[in-house]
Amino acid sequence: MRQSIIQWFRFASPQSFYPLAGRLIPWFWGAAAAFGIAGLWISFFVAPTDAQQGEGYRIIFVHVPASWMSMFIYLVMAFWAGLGLALNTRVSGMMAQALAPTGALMAALSLWTGALWGKPMWGAWWVWDARLTSELILFFLYLGFMALQAAIDDPRRADKAGAILALVGVVNIPIIYFSVKWWNTLHQGSTINLNKAPSMAQTMLWGMLMMALCFWMYSIAVALLRVRAIILERERHTEWVKHAVE
Amino acid sequence: MKPRQKRIALIVGGLASLAIAAGLALNALDSNIALYVTPSEVAAGKSPQGKAFRIGGLVKEGSVKRQDMTVHFVITDTVKEIPVAYKGILPDLFRDGKGAVVQGRLGGDGIFAATEVLAKHDENYMPPEAQHALDQAKKTP
Repeated sequence: MRQSIIQWFRFASPQSFYPLAGRLIPWFWGAAAAFGIAGLWISFFVAPTDAQQGEGYRIIFVHVPASWMSMFIYLVMAFWAGLGLALNTRVSGMMAQALAPTGALMAALSLWTGALWGKPMWGAWWVWDARLTSELILFFLYLGFMALQAAIDDPRRADKAGAILALVGVVNIPIIYFSVKWWNTLHQGSTINLNKAPSMAQTMLWGMLMMALCFWMYSIAVALLRVRAIILERERHTEWVKHAVE
Repeated sequence: MKPRQKRIALIVGGLASLAIAAGLALNALDSNIALYVTPSEVAAGKSPQGKAFRIGGLVKEGSVKRQDMTVHFVITDTVKEIPVAYKGILPDLFRDGKGAVVQGRLGGDGIFAATEVLAKHDENYMPPEAQHALDQAKKTP
């Protein structure tokens, strides 16, 4: 291996990644709390009532960040899984494994808050439209990934099998995102778009942004916490783990 | 090629062919994925014959009439219109001029007998004052 990329690869070794993750976790917890408090305050006390939906729309401040995270975590998980498959780096597979439960939580939260929102506004907890169905498939992909990894005893083989599943599932992400554009759905179109101004009052947007950042920070903190546990478990036979645990 | 490059090429190639396969499958399934058809599609005979289906569109302004327990209204996509009859509770967001999706069967008399009515709201969120200002601006051309 060439000299120049050795620095970069240093954290691909569990032994050096473990303490780094440990040092980062408190910062992400702190940021999650700060953004969470700001976000909830804006969501409940600053953001105005919606003209159509009244106060009920406020569930958007949890629903949308959770949905974003469920999709984004999947992309990150698939990225790590693919990297592990291509480069055979050990931490990559552990990162993918650590992200899956948080992604599943976000997908579940998105489906659940969506149902709570759908009943009063649409008049139905659930419809089989393209947006809702593809998000449900995403939830099942997370569960399938976790089940597959848990079913294979050898962690390296589990990583490989999981990585293939994760990469195949990536197809679903653009389907979720564009479903409201491609097909007739009951779910409304995107409020936040890259190519036009958001169709939402400014303070509402700030609330959503703060909550999204809170969810980001929370997800990173939890994923790092989980990856540390996975590192200890998988590397338990090595000398450094024996020293670290003592 | 080094083994690592070969693996990367394999992954990229696999993903690309998967994306194409998924695209073709979704394209073929197009009409089955749509939750509803529009009044224009019904008029063109593209709706399922002899079974329940959903129509989506706007509730025509001023068309909502209540008669005992039954609600009559017209659903439109501004090109074609379909009269709907529904017996039951309407969702809160069901309003004149707003989106709705109705499920039921098209009767021989041309009236769509709905068994379920869902409200479809849009992706715009604004305070009532802003909505009021918008409505005012629309009224004064």
